[in-house]
Amino acid sequence: MNTAIRPLPVPTQVTQPFWDAAAQGKLIFQRCGACQQLQSPPRLFCRHCMAEDLQWYTSTGLGSIYTFTVNHRAANPHMADKVPYVVAVVQLDEGVRMMANIVNVPPQAVRIGDRVRVRFLALSDTISLPQFEPLAPT
Amino acid sequence: MTSSHHLSSSIAIAGVAESDLGRVPDKTALELQAQAAQRALVDAGLTLRDVDGVFAHTDDRFSSLQLSEYLGLKPRHVDSSNVGGMSNIMHVRHAMAAINAGFCEVALITYGSTQLSDGSRNLTGLVEDPRSPRGQFIVPHGQLSPIGYYAMVAQLHMHRYGSTPADLAEIAVAARQWANLNPKAYRRGDLTLDDVMASPVVAAPLRGRDCCLVTDGGGALIVTSAARARTLPKEPVYVKGIAESFSHHYTPLDIDDWLDTHVAETANEAFAMAGVTRGDIDVVQIYDHFTIGVLQSLEELGFCARGEGKDFVKGGRLAPGGAFPINTSGGGLSYGHPGMFGIFLVIEAVRQLRGECGERQIANAQHALCHAPGLVFSANTTMILGTAA
Repeated sequence: MNTAIRPLPVPTQVTQPFWDAAAQGKLIFQRCGACQQLQSPPRLFCRHCMAEDLQWYTSTGLGSIYTFTVNHRAANPHMADKVPYVVAVVQLDEGVRMMANIVNVPPQAVRIGDRVRVRFLALSDTISLPQFEPLAPT
Repeated sequence: MTSSHHLSSSIAIAGVAESDLGRVPDKTALELQAQAAQRALVDAGLTLRDVDGVFAHTDDRFSSLQLSEYLGLKPRHVDSSNVGGMSNIMHVRHAMAAINAGFCEVALITYGSTQLSDGSRNLTGLVEDPRSPRGQFIVPHGQLSPIGYYAMVAQLHMHRYGSTPADLAEIAVAARQWANLNPKAYRRGDLTLDDVMASPVVAAPLRGRDCCLVTDGGGALIVTSAARARTLPKEPVYVKGIAESFSHHYTPLDIDDWLDTHVAETANEAFAMAGVTRGDIDVVQIYDHFTIGVLQSLEELGFCARGEGKDFVKGGRLAPGGAFPINTSGGGLSYGHPGMFGIFLVIEAVRQLRGECGERQIANAQHALCHAPGLVFSANTTMILGTAA
């Protein structure tokens, strides 16, 4: 059995709400109260207008695959028994992009433009990692 | 935007050299830098006493001071800045500023690495502060770095333009054919399109032979004012145009189009500064960390239209005897790649312009273009060299 621990994010004061929300099964982004721009990952202040009035916006968690790769070599010992696995850049419908694994689909079936929705993989009591899975065909 | 056109041909490259290359287990990265520096000074007809600026780049954070101590130099100006593989070309631009400002007159630019003998490879993910943006939002997903990013670029190119793994293989095969003409190349011998496409997938759609080598090696450049260069034994190679752009670290989530990574801007600025056009370029050296990087750069540099790269590289057009010869040393794919390749692009370009390349010489070469990114299309530099000021 592979007992290697997945590299875990360590939240900062600024990013803690993102990870707290993830542990509750919610995907949130910063939205500037002054100029309404979304930004991700979370930052100290708005990159567009420098305002500090940042609010948390709850994403629909729906998006599409901008691009992806299928790793046949593990990036760390934890992933060794997971190859081949998909790492993608997902464009959320709100316009924000993030990197995440695409799961619950054979890697060879993944395509650019595929519609996906967020799910969360609990890695510890406090950290859940956002991942994406295909939307069922309508 | 202010213009730097008045600095065109204000400096020249007077000396170039590699250290021992390939597998060099008996020397350190610092020793390889020193060895390359000695050889480049001999090539320039200068001595250590002439050097008053040091621009060094290794894994040591204080590399210019480390090298200065080792060589007994007391420079007036140093620079250890690091933006990845293009860093030493950035140092040429920094030297242009420093020399024109009077901060130094003779700049020694070096690189050295024992990546092969150390057995390290950045392919499997760097150790990163788990609080950093990369540590929180990239590393946990198991992204291979840097290959994963370029595999994503390749996936996007194939989706948008219909390019194929066979198109990428053309680039690896052309590099090997150039390496077969270069006695210093680390990987020589036959390589076919089928060999490339039969190599194991690392990060789909990229395969092992789509990736640069891992070798040991160092390099050095001697850069000085154009006036000083004209007093030296070899013909100066002038820096006619040079431009840079920068954006992100390892989190390229704000790059709107991963096939439009600000290369066109650096290329256009460098061409405008140099006062030449793409048609004037005889020698092209493009950073080939991965085959897709070459395809991406050819299109973004404007040597072919977006999406036409797949046809542009077909049928050996980049290879010896082809219509568009590039990376005549054999490149990072077959000549060698000790971690950061930028300085080796410049060394080969200078030798081509001097007519020193023997079997792989491009006839009557007068203008050369070097293009390199840093990290994962995080930074770009385009430099145009010429035999006439």
